[in-house]
Amino acid sequence: MDSGNLEPSLYTIKAIAILDNDGNRLLAKYYDDTFPTAKEQKQFEKNLFSKTQRANAEIIMFEGLTCVYKSNVDLFFYVVGSSLENELILASVLNALYETTNQILRRNVEKRVLLENMDTVFLAVDEICDGGIILDSDASSIVSKVAVRSDDIPLGEQTVAQQLTKKLEVLQSAKEQIKWSLLK
Amino acid sequence: MHILRRDKKEEEEGGGNPFHNLEKTTVLQEARTFNETPINPRKCAHTLTKVLYLINQGEQIGTTEATEAFFAMTKLFQSKDATLRRLVYLGIKEMSKIAQDVIIVTSSLMKDMTGKEDQFRGPAIRALCSITDNTMLQSIERYMKQAIVDKNHAVSSAALVSSLHLSKGSHEVTKRWVNEAQEAVSNDNVMVQYHALGLLYHIRKHDKLAVTKLVAKFSKQSLKSPYAYCLLIRIASKLIEEEGAGSDSPMFEFIEGCLRHKSEIVIYEAAQAMVNMKETTAKELAPAVSVLQLFCSSPKPTLRFAAVRTLNKVAMKHPAAVTACNLDLENLITDQNRSIATLAITTLLKTGSESSVDRLMKQISSFMTEISDEFKIVVVQAIQSLCLKFPRKHSVMMNFLSQMLRDEGGFEYKKAIVDSVITIIEENPEAKEAGLAHLCEFIEDCEHAVLATRILHLLGREGPRTPTPSKYIRFIYNRVILENAAVRAAAVTALAKFGAHCEELLNSCIVLLLRCLLDTDDEVRDRATFYVDTLKEKQKALNSAYILNGLQVSVIGLERALHQYTLEPSEKPFDMKTVPLASQPITEQRVQAVREPGETTAPKATDKVAASRQDVYAEQLARIPEFANLGALFKSSTPVELTESETEYVVRCVKHTFPHYIVFQFDCTNTLNDQVLENASVHLEPSDGFEVIKYLPCPKLSYDTPGTTYTLVRMPDEATQVTGTFSCTLKFVVKDCDPNTGEPDEEGYEDEYVLEDVEASVADHVQKVMKPNFGASWEEVGPEFEVEDTYSLSTMKTLEEAVTNIIQCMGMQPCERSDKVPEGKNAHTLYLAGVYRGGHDALVRSKLAMSEAGITMQLTIRSTDQSVSEVLASAIS
Repeated sequence: MDSGNLEPSLYTIKAIAILDNDGNRLLAKYYDDTFPTAKEQKQFEKNLFSKTQRANAEIIMFEGLTCVYKSNVDLFFYVVGSSLENELILASVLNALYETTNQILRRNVEKRVLLENMDTVFLAVDEICDGGIILDSDASSIVSKVAVRSDDIPLGEQTVAQQLTKKLEVLQSAKEQIKWSLLK
Repeated sequence: MHILRRDKKEEEEGGGNPFHNLEKTTVLQEARTFNETPINPRKCAHTLTKVLYLINQGEQIGTTEATEAFFAMTKLFQSKDATLRRLVYLGIKEMSKIAQDVIIVTSSLMKDMTGKEDQFRGPAIRALCSITDNTMLQSIERYMKQAIVDKNHAVSSAALVSSLHLSKGSHEVTKRWVNEAQEAVSNDNVMVQYHALGLLYHIRKHDKLAVTKLVAKFSKQSLKSPYAYCLLIRIASKLIEEEGAGSDSPMFEFIEGCLRHKSEIVIYEAAQAMVNMKETTAKELAPAVSVLQLFCSSPKPTLRFAAVRTLNKVAMKHPAAVTACNLDLENLITDQNRSIATLAITTLLKTGSESSVDRLMKQISSFMTEISDEFKIVVVQAIQSLCLKFPRKHSVMMNFLSQMLRDEGGFEYKKAIVDSVITIIEENPEAKEAGLAHLCEFIEDCEHAVLATRILHLLGREGPRTPTPSKYIRFIYNRVILENAAVRAAAVTALAKFGAHCEELLNSCIVLLLRCLLDTDDEVRDRATFYVDTLKEKQKALNSAYILNGLQVSVIGLERALHQYTLEPSEKPFDMKTVPLASQPITEQRVQAVREPGETTAPKATDKVAASRQDVYAEQLARIPEFANLGALFKSSTPVELTESETEYVVRCVKHTFPHYIVFQFDCTNTLNDQVLENASVHLEPSDGFEVIKYLPCPKLSYDTPGTTYTLVRMPDEATQVTGTFSCTLKFVVKDCDPNTGEPDEEGYEDEYVLEDVEASVADHVQKVMKPNFGASWEEVGPEFEVEDTYSLSTMKTLEEAVTNIIQCMGMQPCERSDKVPEGKNAHTLYLAGVYRGGHDALVRSKLAMSEAGITMQLTIRSTDQSVSEVLASAIS
């Protein structure tokens, strides 16, 4: 069973997953029927997480599959393939996944920011792998495909809040000036 | 301020997850806002993300719900917002499997696919293909062809990948896109190149010549994409495997050349491909091994892991080829990644010399506690194979294994250790005492009843024959006091075996067993009562038959016989001798399974043979009315070929021995596609005393469909006359037929075909039986019908050869592992046990001595019948 070669095919990836630091699924895509039901998938993620959360080892043989992984702060990134798959190919996909996320989240690779940008991350994973076939593994090219216009992404609460505080500061200083001028 | 605080609280509960506690119904409710005009892109994107998130979490969405949401989603095509549009594509893909009428969006997607916005085109193609079925494929074919050769590589890639997905359903249509795929391979984008090559191979993969050309073409024209290279290497190595091509083929040269590629991915793929090839010599592998060696010192764990894992594979076939890497592997023993460390050690254990064993073992024990059970089992297996390789090192290994037994671990892990210890004990008599001692210690504190009973059984078998059997009694009796019923019962049996085998311990054992008479469990009490009474008789024959050597019958056969007996009650008591014997003792298989070196837990040869071959035959024969009153099937021989393998008709013969008859079963195959044979039977020309009673012809033998014909032969009444040679002829009526339709002509003619002779030998009348305690059985049968003779075996060169031949001649089971001749000895004693047709126990002791003139053998046969002994003696001639 171990000696055989893989049938030449483009179908390389069995699953991609991003878990949080409790092993909960934030994003998971399964590309074949190794784990047909949601229950089996979650069990697999749980087992995989408990094996990998402590040891920072990057690669593990698990339940007859090769899993490469990487973690940062409170996020765990996994790419899973057949045990006969070239480990380096899987690693290159993991790298693409991580780098892309890193760029989308503007170097804040943590759960909160990831959730804020969930839509873009969904799109990114879709650009990395389509039905098990590697679509692209170059982070900057993936980012250029998903991130529509750089200033268009998160014009979220943060920026609004920043602008507000800025205005408040201006107001404050104006008040102060008036106060001083009155006191004079 | 108040609101803020509440928000914060909620945030903590959800771990800052805005998608926490999403309700499916609420989200789907929200999805209705998609219908509002004008569309608020940001709000809709957020809602859509929630839907996607829910699906991603594995939430089940019903068909109606999904369809409703899907239709609401189609409204979003009105918005020009890029992110929203892309999310819609994702939504279409996710829902294409659950919602109905998804083809409604086809035209919108086609518009995007051919539109001006490059950003939409690729994803639109992929979404379109996910909703397209075979019937609609025609209508988009033209666009797909254009997209494959589009100058935008994202579009081209998307089209190629989608074609591959589509070809699962309809190979025919995608086949027509081969020219476009061909053109795309020369695209300068790496991914397009990779995808195009994949599609091209997929279209052509059944055409071997085309694939060969493909590899030849692209191995010269250098590809840019490392992935494409990997794919090409896999295709090439598959071709090599199919053709059995050697290292001189251009394919092999190409793969070897890839070892010098600049990308590590390609180098490793090439090395791996070379290692996985079936027929490579150590020399051919050398370049692959040396690149793997380089990888061993890479800073990337994945690369080190890949290298060690592949080296481990090499070590199984060519341990010598890996020795060059020993130094690098030793550095990896302390690797942070324990998987790498373990693989490095097991590889070293395979390649290492005897002298390095001690050091390695020390290294392993230093981190044994840190690795997972799965890897521990790998280590245990490596140690076991090592122990069989260097028997002299058994003390170090035994100590190590016992140490591991004491440590924490799950059942699988402990079982692997116990298995290994038992195998080592069986293979190496010197290790026996130490091994038993460790196992004794282990059962003192063992939570797995299965393992405890197994060890107790082993102690009962091996313990009495060690120099000081008394020391095991304490361990066994402790189990009687402390354990659950199953273990207590096993312990009682073990105790009885000591009593039966060692006279000096008999009285003490009876005392101990008497104490078990008051046990709370039925089984334990019954066993104890039975053993005490048997032991008190003090008869060797009884001890041997009921304690030391258990029942030899096949359990399935016994069940069937008892069932039959209860259906037809008769005056006669149930006769144990009518029950078929258990064929093929299990021990042989197990030893073989263990010897195969497996990286991971090799699937053990199933210890329980569900229904043995013989039981299957018995069932088949019982269904034929003509054979119903022959009695119980005694033995079925292994199939013998009566024809050369590539002749017109292939015939195999299986002999079934019954109390007074032999049934010859002929399995015939007709290998001519322009003939149909009818009424085929095999005619036998019997030798003296045998009489053909009946032929059961096979009504029809069509091309390549096996059929069976039987011939029933009665054996001579004279008990000593049991062997004979039968010349066989296959007789049949031939009808020519059309090879294509298989329709035969009306007219046929008779013909015959001469087969090779069949022989009925002594071995056909003897069933193998394993006697765990041969000495006891030998005494049990007694010297009443003993036959002894001396032979000189001039044609045999070695003791091994003699032993193998004797076993084959007699058809009996070697006992006490006497089929293995220790190295460098001039004399050997072989013990064989079996049951002769009619239920007579038969035992053979064959003393062999080797001198310069050849091998001399003294053969002693004991059985419960004079004629049986004589027949067996006649087997050797």
